[in-house]
Amino acid sequence: MSTPRIGVLALQGAVAEHARALRAAGAEVSTVRRPSELEGLDGLIVPGGESTTMARLAAPVRLLESIRERHAEGMAMFGTCAGMILMADQILDAEALTGFERIGGLDVVVRRNGYGGQLESFVGPLQVAGLPGDDTTPFEAVFIRAPVIESLGTDVEVIASWQDRPVAVRQGRILAASFHPELTPDHRLHRYFVEITAEHKVS
Amino acid sequence: MTTESTSHTAAATGATAVNTGLAQMLKGGVIMDVVTREQARIAEDAGAVAVMALERVPADIRATGGVARMSDPDLITGIIDEVSIPVMAKARIGHFVEAQILEHLKVDYIDESEVLSPADYIHHIDKSKFKVPFVCGATNLGEALRRITEGASMIRSKGEAGTGDVSEAMKHIRTINGEIARLTSLAEDELYLAAKELQAPYALVKQIAREGRLPVVLFVAGGVATPADAAMMMQMGADGVFVGSGIFKSGNPAERAAAIVKATTYYDDPAVVAEASKGLGEAMVGINVADLPAPHRLAERGW
Repeated sequence: MSTPRIGVLALQGAVAEHARALRAAGAEVSTVRRPSELEGLDGLIVPGGESTTMARLAAPVRLLESIRERHAEGMAMFGTCAGMILMADQILDAEALTGFERIGGLDVVVRRNGYGGQLESFVGPLQVAGLPGDDTTPFEAVFIRAPVIESLGTDVEVIASWQDRPVAVRQGRILAASFHPELTPDHRLHRYFVEITAEHKVS
Repeated sequence: MTTESTSHTAAATGATAVNTGLAQMLKGGVIMDVVTREQARIAEDAGAVAVMALERVPADIRATGGVARMSDPDLITGIIDEVSIPVMAKARIGHFVEAQILEHLKVDYIDESEVLSPADYIHHIDKSKFKVPFVCGATNLGEALRRITEGASMIRSKGEAGTGDVSEAMKHIRTINGEIARLTSLAEDELYLAAKELQAPYALVKQIAREGRLPVVLFVAGGVATPADAAMMMQMGADGVFVGSGIFKSGNPAERAAAIVKATTYYDDPAVVAEASKGLGEAMVGINVADLPAPHRLAERGW
């Protein structure tokens, strides 16, 4: 198996952190700000940041539409926080995203800033199911003004929950989390995504 | 803000990770000064990653003179209601009660800012006592490290606010970068003296020497007024930019704001920055920092 090539959407947000974690997880990493930079990628991470900012920066070059097309052709996707919002099929409280293209494809309903503002941000120990090697050591999950998954479709598998709410999900070759695995030195979710990408490898 | 809630914070919410983490989420973005709900809406629509709510932009503080203080809580609450992006607000240097009020209002970040009149000419706010994160200004590495030691989760180089003159912003980012580079070149036994000279804790100095970067996000502020200014700061290694008077003191705020956002993302692509710079109308008039008498330089506030 050759090394999977994974991009990180680099319009804004925690780009360097994801790139570092992906390299540690064994991927070949590049950044993406233009549709042409999606060529040859087996996977793409859409990082945390502000979804409103990313949607506006992507619009003039139709970048989110291109991501959707590449995903349909086989590219895997991993969205964290704002990234998950952009991948969700439906968003609540999304007035500031109205009229802007999104990626979509993940059959969930998401509420932006569902936990509240920064004073409600928190770190919690999380059990994540299905990690490589059935590793059950708790994951230190950092939630920052995090979105809440309000409901999900039947094809969506919940791999982690916090206080009875799903916070990490998988749907085929889409992985999504409402927290920030790129902020902690624990790279198991990135390794999991590298494995998913390798399974679905495009090239 | 009680001692009890503080200890609860440290234990249950991992204050450091979430607070430095929020700054990491703002990277590559533009934080804009706004004085009304309407301006906040324009900023969010233009792609700002956060807004800074204040009563007067620095250019007006400079023009009006007098004591500049924290904004009216009604204004801040109104802006929090208006936008979905994080809202920051300014407290005076050392004014811990203004900070308590801002935390109570649930702002997402407090800027302990030299743009307002200092409330304490010796001490800064003990930021470790708060759950809400703080960003603080710095003109050099020692100042940045002292603020981080006091609990700041994000640093912005000061520049000279309200001037539209980017030269001080340039000086401060070059100074901070240069001092970090110097630390990485020192032998381990030379770091004790470096810590003494920087007036910063040895452990933190040693960490910077090893990692070659600040342990928190570094934005640039003070004098950024054009897409080219923002792109230059990003090429200098800034994690993002604050734009104060530069947007709403210009001829066409909405377009200029969007153009600066674009130039910050595509900072290394002259074609995009050139395109973003076209047809923006009047930039803020500006003041040359060299023409400002020393007592009116805001960057010199902070210790």
